[in-house]
Amino acid sequence: MYNVNEKGYYGEFGGAYIPEMLYPNVEELRKNYVSILQEPSFQEEFHSLLKDYVGRPTPLYFAKRFSEKYNTKVYLKREDLCHTGAHKVNNTIGQILMAKRLGKSRIIAETGAGQHGVATATVCALMGLECIVYMGAIDIERQAPNVARMKMLGATVVPANSGSKTLKDATNEAIRDWINHPTNTHYIIGSVVGPHPYPDMVARFQSVISEEISTQLSEKENRTAPDYVVACVGGGSNAAGAYYHFLDHPAVGIIAVEAAGQGVNSGKSAATSALGNIGIIHGSKTLLMQTADGQITEPYSISAGLDYPGVGPMHAHLFTSGRGEFISVTDKDAMQAGISLSKLEGIIPAIETSHALAIFENRKFKPDDVVVVNLSGRGDKDLNTYIKHFNL
Amino acid sequence: MNNRIQKKLQQDKKLLSIYFTAGYPNLEDTVPILKSLEANGVDMVEIGLPFSDPLADGPTIQDSSTKAIQNGMNTATLFEQLEDIRDHVSIPLIIMGYFNPILQYGVEAFCKKCKDIGIDGLILPDLPLAEYEEHYKPIFQKNGLSNIFLITPQTSDERIKHIDAASNGFIYMVSSASTTGATSGFGNEQQSYFKRIQAMKLKNPTIVGFGINNKETFKAATEHSKGAIIGSAFIKLLTNKGIEGIASFIKSIR
Ligand SMILES: Cc1ncc(COP(=O)(O)O)c(C=O)c1O
Repeated sequence: MYNVNEKGYYGEFGGAYIPEMLYPNVEELRKNYVSILQEPSFQEEFHSLLKDYVGRPTPLYFAKRFSEKYNTKVYLKREDLCHTGAHKVNNTIGQILMAKRLGKSRIIAETGAGQHGVATATVCALMGLECIVYMGAIDIERQAPNVARMKMLGATVVPANSGSKTLKDATNEAIRDWINHPTNTHYIIGSVVGPHPYPDMVARFQSVISEEISTQLSEKENRTAPDYVVACVGGGSNAAGAYYHFLDHPAVGIIAVEAAGQGVNSGKSAATSALGNIGIIHGSKTLLMQTADGQITEPYSISAGLDYPGVGPMHAHLFTSGRGEFISVTDKDAMQAGISLSKLEGIIPAIETSHALAIFENRKFKPDDVVVVNLSGRGDKDLNTYIKHFNL
Repeated sequence: MNNRIQKKLQQDKKLLSIYFTAGYPNLEDTVPILKSLEANGVDMVEIGLPFSDPLADGPTIQDSSTKAIQNGMNTATLFEQLEDIRDHVSIPLIIMGYFNPILQYGVEAFCKKCKDIGIDGLILPDLPLAEYEEHYKPIFQKNGLSNIFLITPQTSDERIKHIDAASNGFIYMVSSASTTGATSGFGNEQQSYFKRIQAMKLKNPTIVGFGINNKETFKAATEHSKGAIIGSAFIKLLTNKGIEGIASFIKSIR
């Protein structure tokens, strides 16, 4: 019901609004992705890499002191412990195996903060495939360490100089590259965005998160589903993965946390569900931030990973159908939550993740509620921002 | 349906079509450019409705779109500028744009406005064939608009036949697997693609676009098709020489 239908839609959202030049590539993927995914040899290779290379299953950790502070039972799903430091690698492992089975020799990707770029460069190194990462010229300056990591891993980082020179433009450039390389190239999109079948394919790769949550909860709480699952939403891939197996369990509350930036109505925000309306971005019909005459606007968030003017079509559907509860969190409150988790639990979260952790200040839960927060990434990449913000 | 595009296609000559971005180089240039193109013998025009994220376009058209938006161009302004265009210009006019601005304006309202003004067709690269057929075809038809689809060297014969059946004007034949503005010239590979499509004997004529920038490429592109579209090269001309440069540019093509 909340998953994709056979036409590639989540309710009224999704589809593949792409120029004809991309049609053969996207169609090739659409026709083949499910059957490739279901091949036993694919599943075996995928799961063995997730285990031995990524380090899965990631722990489901009961955050005792954090729980005491907010008088409820909070579990953290430790995606920060994945190789490369975030959930992004679950998807890139899946897609690189997909690309190999489709006979592709050249990989392209977009990146904002550089996490997806690093995760892509990593799997390309692992498989010995050529890797080109598009990154906004402004982000290249802001995220120098991740640029260096990608280069060490053998990737070519190409600056996107068009438009606003950030994630949205890097995505445009990656799509243009794909148009210009119609046969040998696979585009590894970094979130549950883009034309069908990407949102569904990426969600399936990330769904290992909710699958593990379910198994781990049955050991720890003698139940297979939490009362709530909470995740931050940029494009929405870590959230889609954390919700996946619970989407059709109405008893599980789904909470999506967006970046309010300097405030939802400040003009500097990335809270798409609050500020966006239906339109088309990067080949998908979804909610996006735009002007009255349909030009896509620039979002703002202190966290580069949430700095995207749209959300994936699954999340647009969760929002408009009322299945998901959408909360937005300001830069300031997110940063505070990041420090708070660090001091209470000894875990420094990515600033993206800090947004999800910040909701406990205002969103109250019952003492015996089991609330799983998807700890999507670790904060190492964000140290400079934390240092500046808190004068550390 | 028998609009200006269909009549033009019946003429016994190779057609020269020009693309330009509305609102570039200056906001008020739209009508003067159209008048000049007609006066200089251009057969048909694609008026680009600028979009912030033009996925199928190379740097030249991207930059012109960014500038046009900065100049204040938007859908309502374009329609205002074109309000009386049919008092001055009689060649076929096509609006080329991305789907999102049209979705925001309202597809029905947009198509109605096009009809009122005297627009003959639309090229919307990111409106997929299946969506068009399922949701929008009656709206286009009611307003006398030809919907122009793209094909590329990678488009399968089966899909080309499907596109041909859904088309009612011409088919926009993208010369190579690229965004707009790539200038690799037309070698054997392109020629055999042009010939392959010609041999399919489609019901709609084909007009070639992408990579046409001078007399040679125009000639090569039209050898096996009904006409050719010049976009990026024309935008570059406007950047360098402005509207005054149009006459000699068109003369240099044919
Ligand atoms: C740690 C972390 N969390 C979340 C995100 C947001 O992406 P998504 O919404 O696709 O999970 C990113 C993106 O870079 C990230 O690095």
